Amino acid sequence: MRWLLLKDLQILRRSPLQAVLLVAYPVLIAVLVGFAISRSPEKPRVAFLNEVPSSARVSVGTTQLPKIGVNDRICARVECVKVKSRAEAVDEVRSGDALAALILPADLVERIDSLSTPLPSIPKVEVIVNEDDPVKARLVNDRIDALLTQANLVIARRIAAEGGKFLHLVLDGGSFSVLGQRIGILGLRHSAQILEEVRHQVPEGPRRRSLEQVIRFTGLARDNLGQAVPLLARLTQPIAIDKEAVNASTPPLETFAIAAAATLTLAFVAVLLVAGSLALEREENAFPRLTRGLVSREALLGEKVLLGVVAGLAVTLLMLAGLAPFVPLHWSRFGLWLVAIAGGAASLGAAGAALGAAAREVRAVSLLAFMVTLPIAFLSLIPSGAVGPSLYDAIRLIAALFPFKPALQAISGALDPAGPAIVPALLHLAALGAAYGLLARLALRRFASV
Amino acid sequence: MEARGLVKKYGAREALKGIDLQTSPGELVAIIGPNGAGKTTLLSILAGIVRPDAGEVSVTRGEVGWVPQQAALYRRLTVEENLLLFARLERREDPRAASEEMLELTGLGDRRGEVVARLSGGNQQRINIAIGLLARPAALLLDEPSVGLDPRQRARLWEFVAGLAAERDTTVIFSTHDIQEAERYGGRLLVLADGESLFDGAAEELRDAVRREAPEAAERDFETAFVAFLHHRGH
Repeated sequence: MRWLLLKDLQILRRSPLQAVLLVAYPVLIAVLVGFAISRSPEKPRVAFLNEVPSSARVSVGTTQLPKIGVNDRICARVECVKVKSRAEAVDEVRSGDALAALILPADLVERIDSLSTPLPSIPKVEVIVNEDDPVKARLVNDRIDALLTQANLVIARRIAAEGGKFLHLVLDGGSFSVLGQRIGILGLRHSAQILEEVRHQVPEGPRRRSLEQVIRFTGLARDNLGQAVPLLARLTQPIAIDKEAVNASTPPLETFAIAAAATLTLAFVAVLLVAGSLALEREENAFPRLTRGLVSREALLGEKVLLGVVAGLAVTLLMLAGLAPFVPLHWSRFGLWLVAIAGGAASLGAAGAALGAAAREVRAVSLLAFMVTLPIAFLSLIPSGAVGPSLYDAIRLIAALFPFKPALQAISGALDPAGPAIVPALLHLAALGAAYGLLARLALRRFASV
Repeated sequence: MEARGLVKKYGAREALKGIDLQTSPGELVAIIGPNGAGKTTLLSILAGIVRPDAGEVSVTRGEVGWVPQQAALYRRLTVEENLLLFARLERREDPRAASEEMLELTGLGDRRGEVVARLSGGNQQRINIAIGLLARPAALLLDEPSVGLDPRQRARLWEFVAGLAAERDTTVIFSTHDIQEAERYGGRLLVLADGESLFDGAAEELRDAVRREAPEAAERDFETAFVAFLHHRGH
């Protein structure tokens, strides 16, 4: 078997295009995924123009709120491209350098302040988007909505906090400054105490009854305003989220992306190489000569699967090494990587052998392998909830019949401790590998005809 | 090598109808006949690639070398790599020596490092035959070995094959469509038609048979005489 394996590797080396593709493809995928991850859509590039004067503060009544830090808050959520004018912002979006532009007009704070006046004007920010791509447009809209919601929330919290302070002044008393003068506030609680003391000094009669009415009102006002303080705080975010994850152990998004890229690479290498190599034995007329007693059909299949495992391991590890500069990888789990990649490659290789045994020519086999692998990989990446339940059940069944999804699960689990369990995925791969191996062996009967 | 009562059916069609064949060391046997006569099927059964539905072949496993019609070679490997690979698969004790022996035999020693795909069809066929000889078989089966070769390449091929029989005492059984070639190189002719054996003997004996059965064609060229013989036998 080793001589056949050596022969296949020699042939691979003699095919410059195949060899270059085998090396270049994973490196290309690694670089693309690396860039995609390092510049993930969590931080889209947004042209940002803040025309609000730096001294401007939102006021509540006569009090100016502290600085919100708009620039820092926005630029923490998006990759800000600072621009100096609206025209420059438009250019950035039109050229595609920025996904969108966000412009805070100079009168934004004045308009926010006007909300508490008899003649309010609606505060507006300007958003410029390039909607040449529906997916990009949706992403930008979602980001802008999220930013706006957060900005409103921050302002509402600040206003609620200031409002709460005033309510506390009314309730408990204290002092505040107006135009440089400190004004003392007695507060409802102290007012009630004073009135209670006065009540004992007022004789029974209409005056005392009036005083008692005022004391009751003070108590009621104090109690109800006391309720209003927490209510005001809740008003800014009335609904809280209580999130419980089921079916979790989900690895981080970048780990899943790496696993998906690695599995896709592995699938193409293992399936195409094994299928093509087996078909080559027939195309070169070598199959009858080999199986005349030199090599058993089972050994030949085993050698092809081994070729898929060797090439799959080399290419996938090369790809992961290429990704290392972009994302941190758990190198301490290298042993598990090897097991998962080898298990996936063996099962995918067996599927490739079944395809290779089914067709006569290398070109036909390559096309068949490509046409089978790509849609199944695509189906395997569709998450639950993205399609209707019946369609998803059908997709899940199809995906379970091909080794791509269990290979993805095994590699995800090997790459990250938070990923799926590896053992069930490996057992699934073993079962599929055995089934495809059997199919390949049966299909090899067709090879015997000369 | 001895084959008795070989029968092979493909569905309802009988490709071979009870063929017998016995050969001696150093004999050159040409199997001739029209398309669909059963030549390739007979060679495939003798080579052990196809199982007969009836009859048996007496031959020690590994004693028969088989050379398919189309060269069974890895075209992206060099001449030497091909020979070494098959020598190793044949479990020759010294694969390199076996490879050298075949390079010398084929006269391709100076082209050992060339990728097979760059060689002419004739040279590819010589390597194809050399691979069939790597196991040092007592008998060599060649399925239409000269197809696609130019006259010069054919001459060199047959010189090589004749040398095997004469110098190494290798029994060579080959099929061909070229009747002149069969007459010239086959010491013995086996004529098949529709799976039946019509004649088994030397070329001169076949001409004698033509003289008896189709005298009008007896003195014409061998191919015309052969066609007349087939017509007379109802094929």
